[in-house]
Formats: sequence, C-alpha cells, structure tokens
Amino acid sequence: MTIVRNVSGILVAALALAVAAVPFSAGAVENKLVIVTSYPPDTTNTVKAAFEKKNPGVKVEMLRKKTTAGIKYLQETAGNNRSDMFWASAPDAFEVLKGDGLLQKYEVKVKGIPQKVGAFPINDPEGYYKGFAASGYGFMWNTRYLKAKKLPVPKTWADLAKPVYHGHVGMSAPSRSGTTHLTVETLLQGMGWAEGWATWKAIAGNFKTVTERSFGVPDGVNSGQFGIGIVIDFFGLSSEASGFPVKFLYPQVTTLVPANIAIVKSAPHPKAAAAFIEFLLSADGQEVLLDPKIRRLPVNPATYAKAPAGFPNPFKDKSIGAAVKFDLELSKNRYNVINSLFDVMVTYRLDDLRAATKAIQNAEATMVGKANAGARKLIDEAKALVAAVPIEAAQAGQADFNNIFKKKRKKATTKVTGRQAEIEQAWDAKVKANYAKAKNLAEKAASMM
Amino acid sequence: MYAAIRGQWGPAAVVAVVGLFLLVFLVLPVVNVIYVAFQDPNTGALTLINFVDFFRTSLFRESSINSLYVAAMAVVVSSCFALPLAYFTTRFNFKGAILIQTLGIIPLIMPPFVGAVAMLLLLGENGSINLLLDEWFGFTVPFMEGLNGVILVESIHYFPFILINLSAALNNIDRSMEESAQNLGASGLRLFRRIVFPLAMPGYVAGASLVFLKVFDDIGTPLLLNVNNMLAPQAYLRISSIGIADPMGYVISVILVIFSLLALWTSFLALRGKDYATLQKGGGGLMKRDLRPWEKAACYGVVIFILLLVLSPHFGLMLLSFGTIWSFSVLPDGYTTAHYLQVVSSSFQFVSNTLLYAGLAAAIDVCFGTAIAYVVWRTKLIGRQWLDYIAMGAVAIPGVVLGIGYLRTFYEFNVPIIDKPLASWWVIIVVALAIRRMPYALRACTAALQQISVMLEEAAENLGATKARTVRRVVIPLMAGGIVAGFVTSFATAAVELSTTIMLVSQESDAPLAFGIYEFMQSAAGRGPGAALGIVAVVIVGITTYVSHRFIQRKATQRAPAVTVVPGV
Repeated sequence: MTIVRNVSGILVAALALAVAAVPFSAGAVENKLVIVTSYPPDTTNTVKAAFEKKNPGVKVEMLRKKTTAGIKYLQETAGNNRSDMFWASAPDAFEVLKGDGLLQKYEVKVKGIPQKVGAFPINDPEGYYKGFAASGYGFMWNTRYLKAKKLPVPKTWADLAKPVYHGHVGMSAPSRSGTTHLTVETLLQGMGWAEGWATWKAIAGNFKTVTERSFGVPDGVNSGQFGIGIVIDFFGLSSEASGFPVKFLYPQVTTLVPANIAIVKSAPHPKAAAAFIEFLLSADGQEVLLDPKIRRLPVNPATYAKAPAGFPNPFKDKSIGAAVKFDLELSKNRYNVINSLFDVMVTYRLDDLRAATKAIQNAEATMVGKANAGARKLIDEAKALVAAVPIEAAQAGQADFNNIFKKKRKKATTKVTGRQAEIEQAWDAKVKANYAKAKNLAEKAASMM
Repeated sequence: MYAAIRGQWGPAAVVAVVGLFLLVFLVLPVVNVIYVAFQDPNTGALTLINFVDFFRTSLFRESSINSLYVAAMAVVVSSCFALPLAYFTTRFNFKGAILIQTLGIIPLIMPPFVGAVAMLLLLGENGSINLLLDEWFGFTVPFMEGLNGVILVESIHYFPFILINLSAALNNIDRSMEESAQNLGASGLRLFRRIVFPLAMPGYVAGASLVFLKVFDDIGTPLLLNVNNMLAPQAYLRISSIGIADPMGYVISVILVIFSLLALWTSFLALRGKDYATLQKGGGGLMKRDLRPWEKAACYGVVIFILLLVLSPHFGLMLLSFGTIWSFSVLPDGYTTAHYLQVVSSSFQFVSNTLLYAGLAAAIDVCFGTAIAYVVWRTKLIGRQWLDYIAMGAVAIPGVVLGIGYLRTFYEFNVPIIDKPLASWWVIIVVALAIRRMPYALRACTAALQQISVMLEEAAENLGATKARTVRRVVIPLMAGGIVAGFVTSFATAAVELSTTIMLVSQESDAPLAFGIYEFMQSAAGRGPGAALGIVAVVIVGITTYVSHRFIQRKATQRAPAVTVVPGV
C-alpha cells in the first residue's frame, strides 16, 4: 500500500510541475516545432536547415514515419497531442485526418500561389491542408535493363500492356500507397470505369510484382529487379539525380496532385507551425524544392525560372496533368472500394492474372498474319473475362456500399449490410474463375492455329 | 530475482512479477487492438462471424496451407545448414570453431530494407549470380521466386536459431555418456544417431520450433519476395492498409497466435515422456577428437560451402555499402568510402541507442526466460504452463499490432517525474523489444534446463543449500550456455527490429540503428548510407556474439578440470 501512496504522491507532484511548466508565449514564435513527416532525411534536413536559418531560435524536430504509420500515430496520440504538423504527399492521407477532426484550419499569408495546378486545386477548399509542391505520376525505367532485354521505351499507358513488357513492370498497390491510389483513380476517371479497369488489368498482366510500399518501385527499378516502374515523379527524378541509370516520363493521361502540409489540431506550437507553412510557400522555401535530392515541382510558378534546363513546368507545359479533370469528391466516395477491388483482382491474384494474360498474348502471337474468326472470337472472349469487374461504377460510388469497407461508422444510424470479407470472397471466387476460364479459352484459340 | 525464489512463496512471487509484466505489456495492449476480431463489423456486438468468414475465404485457406508448407520446409532446409556446422564445431578439434559459430549467427542480423536490396542484387532474377549464369550458360535459376524462394531465404535467415540452440545442447552433453557408448562398441554415425543427437534433442527442438514459429509468422521475407498469399503477410497488409480498417487482419493475427501455440504444444509432446537430463556435469561437453587430413578437408569444404551460401546476403550488403551505383550489373560501377563518412557523424547515437535498447531487452529476456523455465519445469504451481504459452504467444503478434497497442494503451499515461507519455519514453521501446524477443530467450533457457537433472539440485539441498543458493550456485551455472545462447539470439534480433520501433520512436535522439536505416532507405540517394549503417549493425552484433562465445568457452575450460577429479561420477 505504501508503494501505491508513494506513486500517487509522485503523480500529484508531477502534475503540479506540469501545470507550472505550461509555456506563456503569446506573441512570440515558440522555440520548438514537432513535425510528423513521411519524407526522407534528404528532404527534411534540407528544408529544416533553410527554415532554421530564417527563424533562428526555433528548433525543428522531424518525426519520420511512413504515411500510414504517421496517420495511426496521430490518431492514437490525439488524446495527449505533442505533434504540431503533418507533412506528406498523398492528399487522401490528409483527408483521413481531416475526417477524424485531427487537423486545424490555417489561412496562408504568402501571395503568388495559383488556385490550381493542372486540373487539381492546390489547397484544401475547406482550408485544413495546403499544397506546397506538385507531383505527377508516370513511369520510370532502367536504361541498362531495357537495353539488355532489347525493350523499347514505353510512351503511353497502353504501351505497358504490350506483350514485349510481360514480366517487366512493377507497381505498388493503391491500398499500400496513397500516390499509387491516385494513379489508379486517375486512369479510371480519364478512361471511364470499364475501359480504365481493362487497361489496368492488361498492364497488371505484365507485372513482375506488386510492391508492398511505394518506395519499393523505384528501388526495384534502380537495382534492375524489373525494368519499368509506375511511380510518382520525384521518385524517378531524384533517382536519376542520384546517378542511377534511370529515366522518367509523364504519359498523356496523368494528373498533377499537390503534396501537402497541415497543422495538427491543438498543436503545442501553433505559431512556429504557421511560420513553417509561410516559409515553405515563400520564394526561398519553394526554391529549396529544386535541390537535386528533392526534385519536386514547386507550386509557385515564379520559382521555375531558377529550375535546371529540362525540368518539367506544369504551369507552362499544359500537356502535363491537364488531360484529366480529377474529381476529388468521386475519388473520396469510392476510395476503399477501389483499394479492395485492386487487391482482390490484381495484388492477391497476380499469378492467375499473369497466367491468363500470357496465354492471351501467346494466342495473339500465333494469330499474326492469319485469319481465323473462331480463334479471334475466343481470344476476345478471354480478354473480356480478364477485364471484367465484379461491380459497376454506380455501385462503387454508393455511400451505403462504401460503408461496408469502413470500420468507423459516422453515425449510429448509418445502415450497413454485409461484411467486407464476405464481399471480397464473392469477388475473389468470380475473378479467379474468370482468369482460369480466360486462360483455357486463349489456349484453345492458340491450338486452333 | 534469485532472492525471490525462496521456499514455497518464492516461485509464486516470480510468477506474479512475470505474469504482471506479460499482462500489462503483452496481453492488454494486444487485446486492446485485436478485440475487433471478435466484433461484428456492422453492429459492434461480440461475435465469431469473422472467423467463419476466415474459413469461408478461399484466399485465406490457400494462405494457411502455404504458410504451413513454407514453415515446415524451412525447418528441413535450415536443419541441413545448421546440423553440420553445429556438429563439426562441437565434436571435433576444429580450427576456427568460434569464428564459424560467430559467422553462423550473422544471418540472423538482416538489417531492414538494405538486407533485402542486397539479397536481390546478388540472388534475384537479375542479380549478379543470374546475370553471370545467363552470360556463361544461357540460363538462370529462380532462387528468389515464389514459395521456394521464401523457403530458401527464410532458411538462410533463421537457421542460426537451430545452430545456436543445438550447439549449446551439444556442449551440455557429458562426455561420459559418449564414453560409455564407445565402450559398448558404438562409434561414428551410430554414436551420433543413437546417443549424441537424442541427448541434444531439447536444443534441436527449441531451435526447430523457433524456426517454424518465426517463419510461420514472418512478414519481412514474403513481402520482400512479393509473395502475399501467406497468412502473416495477409494480416500485415490488411492491418496497415490506408483507409481500410478490415477486421480480417486482426482475425488472422488471432489465428496466427493459435497456430503458433499449437506448434509449440506439438513440440512439447515430442519431448514429453523422455528424460533428457544427464546427471554428470563434470566433463565440459562432448569429447573432441582430431580429424584425419582427408576428413578435415571434407569438413572444411562443407562448412565453407554453407557459410558462403548463408553469408551471401551480407557479402552483397558489404558491396552495396562500398559501391557507388549498382544497377543491373554483376558488381557495382565503382567503390567509395563516402557512404561510411556520411553516416559516421549520425551513427554514434544510433549505435549507442541500439546497444542500450537491445542489451537491456536481451537482459530482461534471459532473466524472465530463466524464471519462466524454472517455474514451469521445477515447480508444481497451477497454471505455470500458461506463462510459457503467453510469453511464446508474442512470437505471433505482428510488430505493428504491438506498436499500435502500446500507443493506444500507454499514450495517455504520463510517466511521473519526467512528465512524458509512457508510450513516447524510450523505455517503452526496450519493453517492446523485450516482449518481442522473449520467445527466443525462453526457448533457449527451457532447453538448457531440460538437460539438467533435478537430482543435482536435490543433492545440493540435501547438503543444506537453500533453494535460492541452489538456483544461484547450481542451476544458473549449469544453464549458462543456454542463457548466453538466449541472450545472443534476443540481442542480435532486437538490434535490427523495426516494425514496432517505427511506431514508438517519438524523437530523433531516441532512434536505434534500424530506424536510421529505414530513414535512409526512403530515398534513392540513401541506399549506400543505409547499407553502411546496416554493416555497422552487423559488425556490432558480430562482436557481441564473438565475445559471448569466448565467455562460454572460458567457462567451459574452467569447468573442464573437474573431470580429472570426478571422472564420470
């Protein structure tokens, strides 16, 4: 019992100390800033050094966690928050935090940042998070790999579906990487539900792998594990700048999306946090983004005057990111369904999908120069089976249906019928049967030649 | 701890302390996270419907079979690596035995991310070996493809569990057993098959069950090879997906725990009803004999072949850390020391944090491991087996689950005096590492205790020694080999742990080496420095292991003269 009393005594003392230690810093910028970020030291240290030079007296502490871990960290620590800012790429990560009420509004004072980059609004319309750089999606390739395997350089998404690239392409999964999710969604919106999925599955049939984290893709291309990777631009640009034999290209259908920063709700150092946002968006802060180790597209058009030759400029080159008018609302509404669909149809059934794709490609190769209506019909049937999606676009966007994929129901009255596991099993059974049948049909077609 | 083991109340007090520790730092946080496995996702009511879904889903059924197959095969393959190394080095006068034992531990220390990259650069489809094979012979070998790739890599990675525990057990066999057998005419393979190996069985089973459990629950290797139709990766992918909070991830975690306990129980059954204890403890291990020259050459050939194979990832890591750019080529384009210079300034703090955390965690593990083993095998306390089961259950808890559990359970609890949430105090990282690595130390300690005859303790007590004194002067010294083996495995693996650490590190100054590597491996330019940090980690653990082996050997030679006084008791 004495132990218990002692502990409670210490607790009371500690509490008194803590109350006494609450800083009174009205007016002045606090001397500390804690930022939860998914960026590598190359980025954070460079920006931190530049910021601390401008704001002497503020000590910035970077807490590096990958985006998913960062979200979980902020969610779990909200009751006793010690973090000031969240700084990461994927806008959807910020949407999750905003939805949980973990962010705080902020009005930017710096001028000169346009409303949009490409077709995407730079800042959160509700004012919770701010874009500080733009990122586009495309593919990077290993020049040595393509040369050794005698592969041409791909130019469009459709190129990646060609038989020559079978087993040479890598990508992450939308459920694993926010940036990959945007890539998938962009193509679905740009080409439409059916055609978009058909294209994705045709490309995925050529996948060497679906990596577990987004950086696994540039890693695989850099070391030559696979030749071509579908990545966010700065992965490609910074790999190239680091000396790897790789190149990056924006295909026609791409979208530019802002990388963001936000102040965490009840941040202990709100003034320092505000100073950091203002710095990041200032001319000096924007210029830091051009550093070869960072290589992000600034959101201030004026900064591009200082960029190296050949650096992509979305504000001048209207072909980048302008082709798709990205519908953020639509993307948000069906977010989890897209993740789940991709995992069921591609990530977890990659072997089956690859086998079916290979069979179709083989059958088409034997068809070259010959006319055989029967075989053609079988191949088309096989292709349709591979491309088939278990649900329609309308259902994917339905709020009720999406609620099945969310653990947290917004209101107690939200009605949910069905369980995710139940639905995924039904999809999986359908998808697996389709792939197997497609493979059979294609093999049959090939044998008719 | 030792003072607590006194009379009837001693063991009970130990059980209370260990039990409380496990309850607060393992059971509560984990239950706090995985209770959703038992909730209806729609209504929140308690239900088993999620488990029904699990067995209804073909993907999960396939994953279960794949996981069982891979884990079982990994035990077979790693036994092939471990048996010759353990046997040759403990049985024969073999130059470099300690070096071989130390090198044999290195594969356990696979730094996160960089280890994977190095392995792919060397053994992958377009790695050095395959590029050479393709150039010379026009074919490639899929070392790292599919389930067989997982089996190979897991075996390379985890065979040291068997090596360490088997070596400790072999060293614990008294030579008089062997002498008796030889006097009765047994020799060579027969001696090994009928006498030596059966007596070392507890050590082998301890190692093999760890390999099985670890491979069964491993996330890193399958994900590295992008094999995701196995149970543990399925759990991890579902738990850590963005946006989706699928209860199935937690259901799989529960299933993993159940499977692991079943495997553990099976290994108990395998040893039950047999007595592995030997009474004679004077001889200081097996008799070592000299080899004939041709035998020596053959043994060295086998040892070198195995070492080359299992150390190849580290060879690749070394190249990566000194190489400039290494991409789709047999060797790096050039060599530089720049990566080491770059990390030297930051690595001091990483290294001291790692030594502190892993050292403390391993110390906690062997203390608790010894205590649990003693309580389970030497007392009749009710429910004592459960301590063992619960502590072993930690092996099946994905690191991310434990990390989330700690944040959820301890973040709102401020530690007095330092006034910080417990979940962001560095001590919590030590606790997490201790919990995650306790199964390794526990198995090693249990195996060591099983080889000691209870009669030795009874003799000591008959001579008037108290329980505490008996434990201190008889049991612990005789278990020393096993305790050190447990310390080494816990320490080596804790030094490169990342999945829980990444959730719990709350300021840069608290970060261990693995976290530093992770940070570097987030950018293309960080690969070289990350590999350099990885090598630093390997070297530190290597030195620690070597020192521990020297320590055991010194102890053994100290004990050895006893044989002349009481030959064969």
